[in-house]
Amino acid sequence: MTALPQTTAKKLGLVIDLDTCVGCQACATSCKEWNTQGYSAPLTDEDTRGADPHGPWLNRIHGYEVEDTTGKDSRVVHFPRSCLHCETPACVTVCPTGASYKRAEDGIVLINPDTCIGCKLCSWACPYGAREYDVQEGVMKKCTLCVDRIYNENFEPEDRQPACVKACPTGARHFGDLGDENSAVSQLVKERGGFDLLPEMGYKPTNKYLPPRAKRDTPQAGIEALPKGDGSAMDRLFKLADRLLSGN
Amino acid sequence: MASEPAVALSPKTWDEIKTTTCYMCACRCGIKVYLKDGTVTYIDGNRDHPVNKGVICGKGAAGIKQHYSPGRLSKPLIRVGERGSGEFREIEWEEALQTATTWLGDVRKSDPKKLAFFTGRDQSQGLTGWWATQFGTPNYAAHGGFCSVNMAAAGLYTFGGSFWEFGEPDWKHTKYFLLFGVAEDHGSNPIKAGLGKLKKRGAKFVSVNPIKTGYSAIADEWVGVRPGTDGLFVGAIIHELLNAGQIDGDYLNRYTNSPWLVIDNKGAADHGLFARDEDGSTLVWDAHKKAPAPTTDHDAARALMGRFTLPDGRTVATSFQLIAERYLAPENAPDAVAERCGVPADTIRRIAAELAHVAFKETVTLDVPWTDFTGRRHDKMIGRPVAMHAMRGISAHANGFQTCRAIHLLQIMLGTIDTPGGFRYKAPFPRPIPPHIKPTGKPDQIWPNEPLPGPPLGFVTGPEDLLLAADGTPQRIDKAYSWDAPIAAHGMMHMVITNAAKRDPYGIDVLFMYMANMSWNSAMNIPDTLKHLTAKDATTGDYVIPKIIYSDAYASEMVHYADLILPDTTYLERWDCISLLDRPISEADGPADSIRQPVVEPERDVRAFQTVLLDLGARLKLPGMTTPEGNARYPGGYPDYIVNHERAPGVGPLAGFRGADGTQSGKGAPNPNQLQAYIENGCHWFYELPDEHKYFKHVNKGYLDWATGFGLIGKPEPIIHQLYCEPLQKFRLAAEGHGAIQPPDGHRARIIEAFDPIPFWYPPFEGDMIDEAAFPMHAVTQRPMAMYHAWGSQNSWLRQILGRNWLYIAKERAHSLGIADGDWVTVTSHHGQIKGQAKLMNGVNPDTVWTWNAIGKRSGTWGLKKDAPEAKQGFLLNHLISELLPEREGGYRFSNSDPVTGQAAWYVLRVRVEKSSVQSNISSPQFPTLKNLGVGQ
Amino acid sequence: MNPAYSVIFFTTASGAGYGLLALLGLTAPTLGQSASPVFVLVSMIIALGLITAGLLSSTLHLGHPERAWRALSQWKTSWLSREGVAAILTYPFALAFGLTWSGLYPAPDAIAPLGAITAIMSFITVFTTGKIYASLKTIRAWHQPLTVPVYLFFALSSGAALFLALSAIFMRDAGSVSTVAPVTILALALLKFLYWRAIDQATRDRTMGNATGLGPNVRQWEVPHTTKNFVQREMGFVVARRHAKRLRALFFFLLLCAGLLELLAVRMPLVAVLAFGITFLAAWVERWLFFAEGEHVVTLFYGNPQT
Ligand SMILES: Nc1nc2c(c(=O)[nH]1)N[C@H]1C(S)=C(S)[C@@H](COP(=O)(O)OP(=O)(O)OC[C@H]3O[C@@H](n4cnc5c(=O)[nH]c(N)nc54)[C@H](O)[C@@H]3O)O[C@H]1N2
Ligand SMILES: Nc1nc2c(c(=O)[nH]1)N[C@H]1C(S)=C(S)[C@@H](COP(=O)(O)OP(=O)(O)OC[C@H]3O[C@@H](n4cnc5c(=O)[nH]c(N)nc54)[C@H](O)[C@@H]3O)O[C@H]1N2
Ligand code: SF4
Ligand code: SF4
Ligand code: SF4
Ligand code: SF4
Ligand code: SF4
Ligand SMILES: [Mo]
Repeated sequence: MTALPQTTAKKLGLVIDLDTCVGCQACATSCKEWNTQGYSAPLTDEDTRGADPHGPWLNRIHGYEVEDTTGKDSRVVHFPRSCLHCETPACVTVCPTGASYKRAEDGIVLINPDTCIGCKLCSWACPYGAREYDVQEGVMKKCTLCVDRIYNENFEPEDRQPACVKACPTGARHFGDLGDENSAVSQLVKERGGFDLLPEMGYKPTNKYLPPRAKRDTPQAGIEALPKGDGSAMDRLFKLADRLLSGN
Repeated sequence: MASEPAVALSPKTWDEIKTTTCYMCACRCGIKVYLKDGTVTYIDGNRDHPVNKGVICGKGAAGIKQHYSPGRLSKPLIRVGERGSGEFREIEWEEALQTATTWLGDVRKSDPKKLAFFTGRDQSQGLTGWWATQFGTPNYAAHGGFCSVNMAAAGLYTFGGSFWEFGEPDWKHTKYFLLFGVAEDHGSNPIKAGLGKLKKRGAKFVSVNPIKTGYSAIADEWVGVRPGTDGLFVGAIIHELLNAGQIDGDYLNRYTNSPWLVIDNKGAADHGLFARDEDGSTLVWDAHKKAPAPTTDHDAARALMGRFTLPDGRTVATSFQLIAERYLAPENAPDAVAERCGVPADTIRRIAAELAHVAFKETVTLDVPWTDFTGRRHDKMIGRPVAMHAMRGISAHANGFQTCRAIHLLQIMLGTIDTPGGFRYKAPFPRPIPPHIKPTGKPDQIWPNEPLPGPPLGFVTGPEDLLLAADGTPQRIDKAYSWDAPIAAHGMMHMVITNAAKRDPYGIDVLFMYMANMSWNSAMNIPDTLKHLTAKDATTGDYVIPKIIYSDAYASEMVHYADLILPDTTYLERWDCISLLDRPISEADGPADSIRQPVVEPERDVRAFQTVLLDLGARLKLPGMTTPEGNARYPGGYPDYIVNHERAPGVGPLAGFRGADGTQSGKGAPNPNQLQAYIENGCHWFYELPDEHKYFKHVNKGYLDWATGFGLIGKPEPIIHQLYCEPLQKFRLAAEGHGAIQPPDGHRARIIEAFDPIPFWYPPFEGDMIDEAAFPMHAVTQRPMAMYHAWGSQNSWLRQILGRNWLYIAKERAHSLGIADGDWVTVTSHHGQIKGQAKLMNGVNPDTVWTWNAIGKRSGTWGLKKDAPEAKQGFLLNHLISELLPEREGGYRFSNSDPVTGQAAWYVLRVRVEKSSVQSNISSPQFPTLKNLGVGQ
Repeated sequence: MNPAYSVIFFTTASGAGYGLLALLGLTAPTLGQSASPVFVLVSMIIALGLITAGLLSSTLHLGHPERAWRALSQWKTSWLSREGVAAILTYPFALAFGLTWSGLYPAPDAIAPLGAITAIMSFITVFTTGKIYASLKTIRAWHQPLTVPVYLFFALSSGAALFLALSAIFMRDAGSVSTVAPVTILALALLKFLYWRAIDQATRDRTMGNATGLGPNVRQWEVPHTTKNFVQREMGFVVARRHAKRLRALFFFLLLCAGLLELLAVRMPLVAVLAFGITFLAAWVERWLFFAEGEHVVTLFYGNPQT
C-alpha cells in the first residue's frame, strides 16, 4: 500500500501555536499514554530504572533559543514535533511491505503493526524524525493522529480529538481539516501566517506551525508617557484627593 | 494493489472509567481513570471539573507510572541498623501501630510538645492540624513555611486573600497581566489555560523573572529582574504612578485604609498606630467638618491625603499620606533603582504608563448591578483590567513578605482587586484581615494528656500573640511565632531538624513526619541535615532526635533516616478530601471542593495515612477521635471522618451535598451518602455564585451576607484593605522598647527594620552578610513543568524527559568565566560547594545561574538503579543553601528566612561559578548509595 | 547516520558476491569449458554464499524477520522492495548458470546467455541497493548521482579482486579480469574522489532555521528528552571531520595498495589474495564512512545548525 493516494478527501492534521506553547509536555505524555494502550502495538520502554531510560514517543517537545540580531536578546521557543501527515511523504513510498500507508479518506499516515517488518527505512526517509522504532515490538511507531480517538464512538463527540489536543492546557494545539479552507484550523493558519517545516523537502506537510508573535516591549502608540517628576507630585495627589471630596 | 488495512476506529480499550482527583501535583485537577481488567490504562482530564475543565498536564497524564512505580513501599518497616544504613525489618501493621502508639503515648503523658508533627506536602491539613490540636502539641505545621507563607501572609495581612492558589487573575477580562516569579505554581493547569486565554484575546502578558523559559518564554514582554530586587522595580512603578496621580482614589478611599489616620508621635508608644476614638473605632478625617470621624461613618468626606491635628492635640496623617511620602522619595525613582534591579529606567516608566493606561483608559464594564457594604447601589461593575500574580520568585526571598505587600499595594492603588479584569479572590477568601484565628501553644495552653485549646497555627496581631516561654524564648521547636519569625503563619518546617538536633530551644522525643523529603530536596543544607538526623548524645549514646516516625508512599531519601515507616497508598488507592477548611480548589466564580476515591485496591500491605492517623488517635484516646465509651469515633477511617466529622455544627470537611438528604451546601447535617453523591457528580462539587456576587466580594454586601450564611466568614463585614499594616507597627514599637513583651536585644534592629507597616525594599539578608565580590552571582531553581519535586524521577516516562539537570548560565557571562557549553563547573556559596554541568543560554539575567529543582537524587533511592543519571549527573542547590544565616550580633544565627514570616529563603543564594579542574562526568557531592527499599527491588 | 555493522556487512559482502557473480557470468563464455568444475563450483558457492550471508544478515536485523517475505510486495514504489525482488530473481538464474557452467547439468549453449542474465541481474540488484540510498532526499550525501555508480563499482572491484584471488588459488589465468580489476579500482578511486568532492562542495542550505521556521539565529536550547532517542541514535551519528579525513586517506591508500598488488599479481598470482583482503577492508572503510558522513536532515531538529 505504498503508493500514495492521488488526493485525499480530507487533510486532517494539527496546527501548533508556537506563541502559546509553554513546553509543559502534556501533549507528549498524553500521547505516550494513549498510544500505549490504543491503536497499534503498545509503546514500550527500555531500561526504565537505569542509566539510559528511553523508548519510542510519538510527540516530543524541543526547546530552541532564538537570538535577535544583536545576539543579546533572545526568546525560548518550545516546539512540539510529531508526524506532520505529509501529502507526499517518502516515508510511505520507501516502505517495502506496504505497512506504511496514507489513508485516502483523511490523509492520515499510518503504519500497520501487523505487516511492518521493522526495516527502519521509513524512519530514514522522514525528514522530521517522526518515526521511532520500538525495539520490543519490532515495528516502527509514529503519530496516528489518534485515528482511534477521532472517530471513536465510545467517546463523547467533544472528546473525539487527538489525545494531545485534548490534553494541551494552553490550547496551543488545534486539530481539524486543513483541506477545507473554511475550517477553523485553516482560518487560523491564514490569520497567523502558519508555516510548513522544511518546505524545500517537498513532502508537503499537512500540519502547520503558527509563528511566535512579535514582542511588545517597546512604546506602543496611543499610550502616553507619564509626566516626568517636577516636584509637584504631592500637589497633584492633593488635588486628586480634593476631587474625590467634591465628587462625594 | 491491496486496499488499506482495516483500522479499528472505535476500540473500547477500557471496561470502566472512574473519576477522581489527580495528585501528581497540588493543583488537584479532576481526572478520569480508565481501567481494563482492574489495571489503570489511561488517565485524562475531566471535562466537567472546575479546576482543569478537561485538560491535563505532563505529570497528570503520566500518573499511571507513578501509581505503578518501582519506588513504592510495600510494608511497614522498623529500623534495625543505624539510621541511614537502610537496615529495616518488615513488620505487620499491628506492630507498627502499637509501636507508634507507645512512642506517642509516652510523649503525650509527659510533655506533648516533645512531639513535633510536621506534614510536608499534605492536602489534609484539616485533619492533621486538628489531630495535633487533639494531641496537645503546638509543634505542628505543614509545608507552607518553606513554601510560600510570604505570599499567604502578605496577602492575608493586606487584602484578605492571597496569591498562591487562593486567588487568580480574571483570565476572562484581564487586558494586562503582570506575572512575578512564577515557573509553574500550584494552579498549574489553570495558569496555563489562563495564559492561553490571554493569548487568544491579545491581552498583554509581562513576565518579571530572571529566567525566560516556560511561561516567561511566551510573555509579550520579559523583565529580566535581578533576583531579590522586585521590590525596587515595583516601588519605582508606584513612584511613577503617584508622581502622575494615576491612582484609583475612589477605590482607595472607600475600600482601603488609605484615609485612616495614623498617629505621628515619634518615640511614643502610640506612634504609628491608628488613631481611635473612645469606642475603639479607627478614624478618618472629615474634610468638610474638619474633624475626625469614625471609619464606619460612610457619609464623612474622607480626606485621602493630609496631616491633621486631633482634638486631643495629637498629630495624625492619613495612611496614604505616609505611603505617598515613602514612594515619592527620590530613592524610589526609576533611575535610582534601575541598576540595582537590572531593569532599565525607561522600561519601568513605560510599564507604569501602560498599567495606568489599561487601568484607567481601558476599563471593563459588566452590566451587573451590585450593592456595596455601605448600601450604595452600583448599576455596573467597572473593572480596571490589570491583574498580577506572583509566587516563589517573590516568596522564596528573605524580603518576600514586604515585596509581596508592595505588589498588592500596586494592585490596590490601581483599584484592581476583585474587579472585572483584576485579581480575584477564591472562596473561602476574602476573609478578615488578618483572619481571626490566633496560634495556640503558650506555656499555659500545653498540658500532659490534654488537647490544645485551639489550633497550633493562626495569625498574630501583636507581640501579645507570640508563643513565647516565660523567659521569652520560643515555645515552638521551629521558633515560629517567636521574635525570630513573629508572623510565621505556616510554621517553619525547614528549621525543625536543625533546632531539634541542637536542642534549641529544647530537645524533642518524637519527630513524626508525613510526605516531606526532609533529608533531601526539601532540606536546606543537606550534609548537615544528615548529620543532625544521625547525631547521637555523647552521654547517653542515643540519637539526639530519639524517634522518627515517617509516612511516605515511596522509597524517598527520607525513608532511610526514619525509625518507623508507615507506608502510604498511592493517590489512586485512597479516599481524600480537598476541603474548603484546608487548601481549597475553589474558583473565582464560586466555592468548590472535591474528593479522591480509591479507583484501584492496593496489592501491597499499605494503608492510607489519614486512616492510620485516625487509628492512632483512637488508640491514644485523643478526645475528638474517641467516643465517650472509649471506642474509635471514626471506625471507618478517613472516609468515615470526611462524612461525619463536624468542625462546627453543620460544618464538615466537604461543603457539598450536606444535610440528611444531601440538598444543603456549606452548612448542614452530615449526609451518610455524601461520598456517593460526590462520586456521582464526578468527585467534585462547585457552587457558582450569582453574577452580582462574583466581583468586589470584599465589599459586596450581597456576597458578604451570603458568605456569612454559608459559613465562610463570621460576620458580614467589609474587608477593608490594609495598605498600612498596623500589626507590623506593634512589633516595631515593642522592638523600640514599648510594651511588656520585649524582644531580645539582638533582635531589635532587625525587627525595627523589617516590620515596617508600609511595604518597602531591603536587600535579602544573606546577600547583605557575605562578600558580594567573592560570591557575585545569584543561584535559583525553577520547577520543571513535567516533574513534581522528587516524585517525578521514579516515573519511567517523566524521567526520560528530565533525567538529570544542568546549571544554566548566561552565554556572555560563561564566556567571560572561560566556561563552555557542557563544561563541569563548581558552584560555591559561603556554605558549601557542588559540581554540575553547565549549559549556556541567553534568556537569563547575566548575574544569575539556575537549575531545575529537585532532579538530583541520592543513589539507590526511588526504586532507581544506582547509576541513574539523576544520581550521577544530577545535583541540588540545596547543599549550598544554609538553613542558618552567618552569625549576627552576639553570635546568634538567625534562620535563613524572611524575618517577618519565617519563610525559607531558598533563593537568597549567592555563589561563585568556576570551571572545575576535574571534568569527569559526575556531579558532586556524591553520597553513599542507599539500599533500595522500593518494590522495584 | 549510524554505521551499523550489520548493514555494512550486508552491503560489502553482497556487493562482492554480486560483483563476483557478474564477472563469472560475463567471463564464462571466454573461459568456456576450460574452467575447471571445482573452480566454478567454489566460485559460485563463494559468490552466492556472500550474497546469502549478506541478505540473511540484513533480514536478521529486522524487527520481524519472519515477515521478511512481505518486503517483496511493494516493488512498484519501493527500492528496498525492488532490491529484494531482484535479489531473489537472481538466484534461479545464478543457480542455472552455475549448474550448466560447472557441467553438472550439461547445456553448453545455455552458459553464455545464462551468464549474461546472471550478470545483468547482479547489476540490477546492486543498482537497486544503491538506489535505496540514493533516493533518500533526507540525506544529502546519499541523494546524488554518484551514489549508485559507487555502489556498482564497489561491487565490481571487490568482485574482481575476489575473482583474481580465486583464480590465483586455483592457479588459473584470470584472463581479462587481470586488467579489469585494477581498472575498476582506479575507476572507484576516481568516483569516490568525485563523490567526496561533491559532498564537500554541496551547499549545506538546509538549516535549523528553516527546519523550525524560527529564522537564522536559532539554536538548540533543550533536547526533548535527557537520554538519546531512536532518531538520535539512528540518525544522529556524526563523525569528526578530522577523523573522516584520515579515514578517507586510509581508503585511498588501501585502494592504491590493492591496485598495485593486483598489478603485481600478474607476476605473482597469490598476492591477489592479499589484494582482495585489502579491497574488502577498503570497502568496509568506505561503507562505514558512507554512513558516518551521511548527515540526516532530522539532525537539524537536534542541534545541528545546517546540513
Ligand atoms: N533548592 C530548592 N529547594 C526547594 C525548593 C526550591 O525551589 N529550591 N522548593 C521548596 C518547596 S516550595 C517545597 S514545597 C519543597 C518540597 O519538598 P518536599 O515536600 O520534600 O517534596 P516532594 O519531593 O514532593 O516530597 C514529598 C514526599 O512525599 C512523598 N509522597 C508522594 N506521594 C505520597 C503519598 O501519596 N503519600 C505519602 N505519604 N507520601 C507521598 C514523596 O515520596 C516524598 O518523599 O521543596 C523545597 N525545596
Ligand atoms: N510541575 C511542577 N509544579 C509544581 C511544583 C513542582 O515541583 N513541579 N511544585 C509546587 C510547589 S510546592 C510550589 S511552591 C509551586 C511553586 O511554583 P513557582 O512559584 O512557579 O515556583 P518556582 O519554580 O520556584 O519558580 C520561581 C520562579 O521565580 C523566578 N525567580 C527567582 N528569583 C526571583 C526574583 O527575585 N524575582 C522574580 N521576579 N522571579 C524570581 C525563577 O526564575 C522561577 O521562574 O509550584 C507547585 N507546582
Ligand atoms: S512527518 Fe515523516 S513520518 Fe510523517 S508523513 Fe511526513 S515524512 Fe512521513
Ligand atoms: S519499518 Fe515498517 S513501516 Fe517502516 S519501511 Fe520498514 S516495513 Fe515499512
Ligand atoms: S495526534 Fe495522537 S498520536 Fe499524534 S501526537 Fe497527538 S496524541 Fe500522539
Ligand atoms: S501540551 Fe500544549 S503547551 Fe504543553 S507542550 Fe504540548 S503544545 Fe505545548
Ligand atoms: S496540574 Fe497537577 S493536578 Fe493537574 S493534572 Fe497536572 S499534575 Fe495533576
Ligand atoms: Mo512549595
